[in-house]
Amino acid sequence: MSTANSSSNPSADVIKLADLVASASLPPTDGYRMSDEERHEIEECLHHYDDNRAASIDALKIVQKKHGWVPDGAIAEIGKVIGIPAADVEGVATFYNLIFRRPVGRNVIKICDSISCYLTGYDEVRNAISAHLRINLGQTTPDNRYTLLPICCLGACDKGPVAMINDDTHGNLSPDTIPALLEQYK
Amino acid sequence: MTADLSETKPLTARIVAGRAPLNLKEYEAAGGYRAVRKALKELTPADVTKAVKDANLRGRGGAGFPTGVKWGLVPSLEKAPGSRYLVCNADEMEPGTFKDRLLMESDPHQMVESMIVAGYAIQATRAYIFLRGEYIEAAKNLNAAIAEANAAGYLGRDILGSGWSMDLHVHTGAGRYICGEETALINSLEGRRANPRAKPPFPAIAGLWGRPTVVNNVESLCNVPHIVNNGSAWFLGLNQGKSKDGGTKLYGCSGRAKRTGIWELPIGTTAREILEEHAGGMKDGLKLKAWLPGGASTDFLMPEHLDLAMDFDTIAKAGSRMGTGLLTVVDDRQNMVSVVRNLEDFFARESCGWCTPCRDGLPWTYKTLVAMEKGEGRPGDIEQLEKMTRFLAPGRPFCAHAPGAMEPLQSALKFFRGEFEATIKKIDQTTATHAAA
Repeated sequence: MSTANSSSNPSADVIKLADLVASASLPPTDGYRMSDEERHEIEECLHHYDDNRAASIDALKIVQKKHGWVPDGAIAEIGKVIGIPAADVEGVATFYNLIFRRPVGRNVIKICDSISCYLTGYDEVRNAISAHLRINLGQTTPDNRYTLLPICCLGACDKGPVAMINDDTHGNLSPDTIPALLEQYK
Repeated sequence: MTADLSETKPLTARIVAGRAPLNLKEYEAAGGYRAVRKALKELTPADVTKAVKDANLRGRGGAGFPTGVKWGLVPSLEKAPGSRYLVCNADEMEPGTFKDRLLMESDPHQMVESMIVAGYAIQATRAYIFLRGEYIEAAKNLNAAIAEANAAGYLGRDILGSGWSMDLHVHTGAGRYICGEETALINSLEGRRANPRAKPPFPAIAGLWGRPTVVNNVESLCNVPHIVNNGSAWFLGLNQGKSKDGGTKLYGCSGRAKRTGIWELPIGTTAREILEEHAGGMKDGLKLKAWLPGGASTDFLMPEHLDLAMDFDTIAKAGSRMGTGLLTVVDDRQNMVSVVRNLEDFFARESCGWCTPCRDGLPWTYKTLVAMEKGEGRPGDIEQLEKMTRFLAPGRPFCAHAPGAMEPLQSALKFFRGEFEATIKKIDQTTATHAAA
């Protein structure tokens, strides 16, 4: 099952085969070289586990924190540092929806579409965001400022509807407050 | 904090809304880390396990399995020398559930103390808090608490001179609901795709890296220091006679109720008290149509079920599960076909894809509901959905994910069949019109 980061939300438009082919060849990846800082941070993580493989998710997050997403070239590099096959790293990277295997905007909006938010106005809030940014779920604005993704329950159901923008959780959203909220993220 | 509160609401007594969580000194001044000292200096690991068993603490992650019994399945150090692990399941992602976030964000030292006492009971060599990646504040507060506990000698080598050593690490995840399934969680913690594992062997025998491992929910663990401090009889009495189970429970309410939130109450408190007294009832102009007792994977119950005690056995007898114990209330303006479509969208997307019934059955279910929601249901759709509830029943798919998905569907079909039938009548009329034209 593919994940949200490949814009496969069933409620979004069905993905065309051509899109998949394009996305597979799109990201320019040749340029990736792991920095000493990234390598050092990944090596630090190895101490936390009794087996190095366990650091694969941490490693992907470290690369993503620096680049915004995980470029193709990073997959093999991570495998080398940890000592596992690149295919295993890719298997992990494509499984988890918070690891992005294609570029995202500077600000990632994750809007909760689970039951409590659905009951308290998810559709209206999502429509307001889409209308304001002119993008649908799974898309990035042309100026690369925002990416909009669906996410499952954020564990703040008493404050629904809820969305995260980057690391910030925002509750009690309403269509009226969306433009001002989005404006805070440059 | 008052003595009063710690007597009746031990889990949340130290939590004050809007105030920063207690640091180590403040936490110790409020009675914190007493349980660690008592356990390590006065009790054997077996004593701690027995106290938790006697307290009848049942797993608060939703399944209700007795925590002490789970610990008791771990083989003795003589039989299985070497490393063994305690893992806290802090991957709170069950739609409608927001209790573990509160405990970790607002009283991180309680979580850390719980890990130490529980780790001691199973003689863990390492402990992990598997925290969902989106809980940024919880990660920050837990890491600060762990640093303080390390510096104070509550963690690390030879804790309080007991000869027992344990490290504690917060592992943050990267998404996917399936990580909450304990064997999938173990695979994820090992740095693999979060596909569940076959059971047996159970994690207590062969879990993380093939070693004995206990996986417990946040709320379950947070009860442990209080049981050690005050005893099993005290813990059982916290239910105020409302249930056979011991302790308090974090109950909550979300949806279109007046005051959504979370409250620590005696286990066995009725759903009516939770909704009407604590949540203030439904918002003005709305009526309760149905409710989920504890998350998306529990069967819907009806307004006539509100007087049931919210405990594992009572809710099970009514045909549902208490689950996480946080109510999601559905108001009378909602169409149940749409509500169930939303739930199945979640389950279909979060299937890990490992086994065919789940990987194919859930998207099929979802697509059928999307069509019905648009008024394009076809004759036979309801029967097809019913077939799904049997094909995806417990024991057929590889894990409990798809059976969980079928619970709200089967109960909605039972209680609201008319709403599903209405989506099919529409297409019959359309066909009839076309035929006439």
